[in-house]
Amino acid sequence: MSIEEKVIEIIVEQLDVTREECVPEASFIEDLGADSLDLVELIMAMEENFGIEISDEELQKIRTIKDAINYIKGKKGLAS
Amino acid sequence: MDRRVVITGMGTVNPVGNSVDETWAALCAGKSGIGPITKFDPVHHATKIAGELKNFNPLEFVDKKELRRNDEFIVYALACAEMAIKDSGLAIDEDNTERVGTIIGSGIGGVKTIEREHTVLEQSGPRRVSPFTIPAVLPNLAAGQVSIRYRAKGPISCPVTACAAGTSAIGMAFRLIKDGYADAMFAGGVEAAITPFGVAGFNVMRALSTRNDQPEKASRPFDRDRDGFVMGEGGGIVILEELTLARRRGARIYAEICGFGCTSDAYHMAAPPPGHEGAARSMEVALRSCGMEPSAIGYINAHGTATPINDVYETQAIKRVFGEHSRKLAVSSTKSMTGHMLGGAGGLEAIVAVKAICEGVVPPTINLDNPDEGCDLDYVPHRAKEMKIEAALSNTFGFGGVNAVLVFRKFKD
Repeated sequence: MSIEEKVIEIIVEQLDVTREECVPEASFIEDLGADSLDLVELIMAMEENFGIEISDEELQKIRTIKDAINYIKGKKGLAS
Repeated sequence: MDRRVVITGMGTVNPVGNSVDETWAALCAGKSGIGPITKFDPVHHATKIAGELKNFNPLEFVDKKELRRNDEFIVYALACAEMAIKDSGLAIDEDNTERVGTIIGSGIGGVKTIEREHTVLEQSGPRRVSPFTIPAVLPNLAAGQVSIRYRAKGPISCPVTACAAGTSAIGMAFRLIKDGYADAMFAGGVEAAITPFGVAGFNVMRALSTRNDQPEKASRPFDRDRDGFVMGEGGGIVILEELTLARRRGARIYAEICGFGCTSDAYHMAAPPPGHEGAARSMEVALRSCGMEPSAIGYINAHGTATPINDVYETQAIKRVFGEHSRKLAVSSTKSMTGHMLGGAGGLEAIVAVKAICEGVVPPTINLDNPDEGCDLDYVPHRAKEMKIEAALSNTFGFGGVNAVLVFRKFKD
């Protein structure tokens, strides 16, 4: 499974949204109905799945699905 | 102005039913909701039985996301509240949002979540603990989530008075409406503590029945062979409304709530004092609060836990308050069928007392084969009994010495 697919799978599960809603530009808070605690939980799931750590400072910069995918790719040393 | 308060809606989930109708039918048929524990494997627990909910589908009341972020006791509250508000037909809108409040008690709160997340903490470290842990654990989040869903912006609280929590909640909500702080209230109690930790904690106190081979016969209030209570789960929530407003909208009125008594034993952390004088005083305070003579009461929904001490002492307390009239009372224990729903018990048992008044039927105390010495009232053994009831009490007593009593009466203009 690609990073994109895995990220979307986690989002669908955690935020109880459909795959169709998970377009790259979708904002977690504005488009996918997440609140600040949802975001923390989502990031925890990503950390666990991808074996990375995301600091609170970096978390602030992740607003959309695309941000999350690029961030994870960066951490894994894969350019987007 | 003397404000009166009436019950206009009711909702429950409990070991014998997932609605008021299903519950009432089961209780009147003397059906036990006790069975083997399935929520976890109680292999090392002395007690392996409990009253669990059956066929309850939380997704009828919450979505998947809500289910994940809330503890079960909160989901039960949302289910009970949804049934109660629908039943009442009360609309909460801009005009009354600030006059509708929420008081829902719980004895223990989100113990299942504590256990799960504590395991995460031990195994994976503090950074892996769910961000929803604290809001799932806090007992007042049942009231909090209900008030959010229905935009009830009036008074909110959560009595954490152990096994009396549901009764404390309804009593406090009644007083808030009576005293003019609110016009309508969600009120009741919920509990979801059938967990490894919850059962172990009560087990080591020697509070629970260990009649594991006969689950349906394990909860035996007032019986000679009782050996402790059986844990139950679920709850009950009612809609209380100020009478003139309920009338104006043409609400169906089940009964009037007219009295509330609350006292402390100031005696021991878990045991009642001899003769349970605190419980007696609580019944007296409740009756005095509405100027009702003891002889006006026809039915007492007893605390009736089936612990060796409670049932004898509660009987003594009833005799002290009612004197000769205690011989004419019907006294029955819902817990004989549901087990002890702890903070949820008072919520359901208030509904049972109200239904008894409305239907003219007293549900039985099942498993009462041989009344214990000192237990010599009419506990309505085995079979429901038809009788006209003008007024009823609901008794609940809790660890910490709490005694809470509600008085309901048939609604009359």
